[in-house]
Amino acid sequence: MKKIIKFVIIDILRNKIVLVYTLFLLITSLSVFNLEDNSAKGLLSLLNLILFIVPLVSIIFSTIYIYNSSEFIELLVSQPLQRKNIWLSLFFGLSGSMVMAFFIGAGIPILIYEPSPTGLMMLAIGCIITVIFVAIAFLTTVNTRDKAKGIGTAILLWLYFALLFDGLVLFILFQFSDYPLEKVVVIISALNPIDLGRILILLRLDVSALMGYTGAVFKDFFGTNMGLIVAFTTLLLWCVIPLGLSVIKFKKKDL
Amino acid sequence: MITVTNVKKNFGKLAALDNVSIQCNRRECIALIGPNGSGKTTLIKSMLGMVVPDSGTILFNQKNIAHDWKYRKHIGYMPQIGRYPENMTIGQVFDMMKSIRKDESIQLDEELYVEFGLDKLSDKRMQTLSGGTRQKVSACLAFLFNPDVLILDEPTAGLDPVASEILKEKINREKEKGKLILITSHILSELDDLVTHIIFMQDGKLKFHKPIDALRSETGEIKLSKAIASIMLKTTP
Repeated sequence: MKKIIKFVIIDILRNKIVLVYTLFLLITSLSVFNLEDNSAKGLLSLLNLILFIVPLVSIIFSTIYIYNSSEFIELLVSQPLQRKNIWLSLFFGLSGSMVMAFFIGAGIPILIYEPSPTGLMMLAIGCIITVIFVAIAFLTTVNTRDKAKGIGTAILLWLYFALLFDGLVLFILFQFSDYPLEKVVVIISALNPIDLGRILILLRLDVSALMGYTGAVFKDFFGTNMGLIVAFTTLLLWCVIPLGLSVIKFKKKDL
Repeated sequence: MITVTNVKKNFGKLAALDNVSIQCNRRECIALIGPNGSGKTTLIKSMLGMVVPDSGTILFNQKNIAHDWKYRKHIGYMPQIGRYPENMTIGQVFDMMKSIRKDESIQLDEELYVEFGLDKLSDKRMQTLSGGTRQKVSACLAFLFNPDVLILDEPTAGLDPVASEILKEKINREKEKGKLILITSHILSELDDLVTHIIFMQDGKLKFHKPIDALRSETGEIKLSKAIASIMLKTTP
């Protein structure tokens, strides 16, 4: 298993895209921190960028990478190796290198300019979101044999999580504005890892006052240690469930 | 050695394997023949666990392969179209396979690697290779770990006559060592002097599985291709 992970990581490092991604993150985060005089403000700008770019790159790159390594997978499956191990090694190699890219690109500037608990939280959330979207990419690719369809699905999923979901939530809130929805909104937010990450950071940045009564409910729930544990467990579930489903599916897949 | 019992596999509506049962033993060299799309490759892939049958069982050394994977270390597989990571060199592919299947008890068999002259090409990238050279790489990988069973899917397709002859010699030597060899091929005359048994498949069904001597005496033909042709004529009205 270690050997396959090693091969995957070497292969990805040879790929220029991840390098470009790292450099892009590095340049944007450095410039964001240098443009704002207040590094907390810089963190806020960076948050929006990260929550947009990181899922996109993680899901698209992983999807394409898995499709392109179908030969490699086929070769490994005919060898005395367990299918589960092949798939998990691919996952660990891929998510490991994406997390590494995020850590170098965004993590180091955060640690330099804003080494506060909030900064660390953002670093953790960025890493978890990367892993989540790699896992979602694995679930997409195992379900579709066709490359174009798979990549299309990945883009749609990103669109859904990054943009459409918020629209849907707003729509529901307006439609049912006569009812007390604040608690429901807390539950709904768990359905989208990007939103969950955003809420966790925003609450720490004290801009939650702008979010009105819902913000207060959020603060009541996610502001406590219990809420924090629940939130991170939910994020972990977002990694484990798609990955687990994809493993089950891959075990039975015809190659 | 390999026992296939009532295996069925459908791809959508198409029945790729329809109730196939086969018994393959040590020291046999079996030719798996049949028209295109008759389920030969699907049968081979299900023996390797790459395709999961819908029903039926496959035993390898009396053990069910369904949830097993260790049995594959006794098999050398040469695919019909060898697909390898494109930006690895030949040397890297071999190093990778060696490190994956590392086992001190196995003596590596690099005869073919040298005979095909791949040692001189070892730093060429896979994407630059011709179809024939790819086939050579696949063949070398199949023989590399000295497996008890060799499964070769269209081994000579795309090879030049010299390479094809080298490969046939090699298959013959392995046969002498008492290994089970399964070959699929369209070109029947190539197999004449190699095979001991014939399995004929059509539309996912097993038509017959006979020793070659029986086949010859039944049809009265000495040439394998003619013997098969006369059987095909008999079965198709």
